[in-house]
Amino acid sequence: MAYSEKVIDHYQHPKNVGTLDKSKNNVGTGLVGAPECGDVMRLQIEVDDTTGVIKDAKFKTFGCGSAIASSSLATEWLKGKTVDEAVKIDNMTIVEELNLPPVKIHCSVLAEDAVKAAINDYRKKNGLEELQFEEKGVH
Amino acid sequence: MLQFPIYLDHNATTPCDPRVVEAMIPYFTNSFGNAASRNHSFGWQAEEAVDYAREQVAKLIGADPKEIIFTSGATEGDNLAIKGVFEMYASKGNHIITCNIEHKAVLDTCRHLEKEGAEITYLNVKPNGLIDLAELEAAIKPTTILIAIMYANNEIGTVMPMREISAIARKHGVLLFSDGVQAVGKIPVDVNKDGIDLMAFTAHKMYGPKGVGALYVRRKNPRVKVTAQIDGGGHERGMRSGTLNVPGIVGFGKACEICLTEMEADTARIIKLRDKLEQSLLKVEESYLNGDKEHRLPHVSNISFKYVEGEGLMMGFNKNIALSSGSACTSASLEPSYVLKALGLGDDLAHSSLRFGLGRYTTEEQIDYTIEQVTNTVNKLRDMSPLWEMFKEGIDLDTIEWAHH
Repeated sequence: MAYSEKVIDHYQHPKNVGTLDKSKNNVGTGLVGAPECGDVMRLQIEVDDTTGVIKDAKFKTFGCGSAIASSSLATEWLKGKTVDEAVKIDNMTIVEELNLPPVKIHCSVLAEDAVKAAINDYRKKNGLEELQFEEKGVH
Repeated sequence: MLQFPIYLDHNATTPCDPRVVEAMIPYFTNSFGNAASRNHSFGWQAEEAVDYAREQVAKLIGADPKEIIFTSGATEGDNLAIKGVFEMYASKGNHIITCNIEHKAVLDTCRHLEKEGAEITYLNVKPNGLIDLAELEAAIKPTTILIAIMYANNEIGTVMPMREISAIARKHGVLLFSDGVQAVGKIPVDVNKDGIDLMAFTAHKMYGPKGVGALYVRRKNPRVKVTAQIDGGGHERGMRSGTLNVPGIVGFGKACEICLTEMEADTARIIKLRDKLEQSLLKVEESYLNGDKEHRLPHVSNISFKYVEGEGLMMGFNKNIALSSGSACTSASLEPSYVLKALGLGDDLAHSSLRFGLGRYTTEEQIDYTIEQVTNTVNKLRDMSPLWEMFKEGIDLDTIEWAHH
């Protein structure tokens, strides 16, 4: 299967690989997927307490090129958004941006799940109620 | 000068040896006759060429030329042997013994026969990829008509103990079929010394053309018969109808002849390169060899690099190096290799595997480049793997509750 140029570019030059200090209250961490499924994504956001804007985002991913690209792209999109805006990131926009083929749609769903898990972790740490999300069920 | 891409997937297929192509060419144009045409020189010429190729093929496996049935490839040979024996020996029984790391052409044929009333025993393999001989013998019953065990495995290259297996089959009067695709032409195979009654193999895994293969069917001690699966003009002693692929068969014959004369030298050279590759890659932290180190083909090495995913890994160099992975992501099914799982590997290691298949034209320069590229990519991907980070922090990944999909 041939990858799109955008996937190859993210794979070769991934944006925002790294680790944020998860002990900090303004850092939310989402860890999704499972080694048995061949995909694990960890996505982290650091939120500016006063403005609610995501000032930094980092990821580490175990998975195929599409999984790496999806999480790399997600971190790019997260930076500069408010937490409320970030909740709206939809996997299908990742699919479109990266031209993912049908068998790789689960990679984009995983990235969306990772964003939501990171946001909920941040909300929990800050005494906010966790958001309920609908299952996409594409994995 | 190193030329790209480098081909290290010789278990999938091999290039045609130029000497094979040269032998084939006249049979497309001038000598185009139908080997079954008995009344003119075009037919005679084609028949003569087929007869000669049949001798070349038979010689490679120590068989009599009359015991060679030409087919379209090993998938057809596997089907013909297993379905053909099942039908021919129906009055004797309906039980077939095979193992769970066979090629799909064997496993799916067996599944098909289950629907037709066959009883199939799928032996598990040991962690090294070999079957347990005591388990094999214990599985035999009065209704057992066939044991179907591959000579060598396509993913991990392990070579089964064929002589011990055939001794058990003989003792109980059960026929032995072997899928010899990966072994024939690579290691010495002798159907008489090995005690094999039926064996499928194919030209394109041994530097011959695609679309032609053979089924060996023993004619003496015992005389084996299979029910034809393709009906028609009664070619190949009635076991496989259809106009013979004369150029393909000529090429197959030539490929077998080359393998027979050059196997020893080829093996000595390839095994050195394989061992260099393997020893270097096993120096990478948390890398594991899959299969048996001793009982295996000289040109294969299957290695898992823990905490990186196989397809992601290949993407790092697949512009320049062609090889295969047992990772799920390489197939639409999202299931990792059933062969690696049968060895007892966790899904994580199965997802992290690469299969290196060296061949006749592999050079040391190519191997050096591969070592460098694979090592660098593994390191790069581990730097962005959350699992590697956790492993380095001493976290036991088995204690984490993963969100299973």
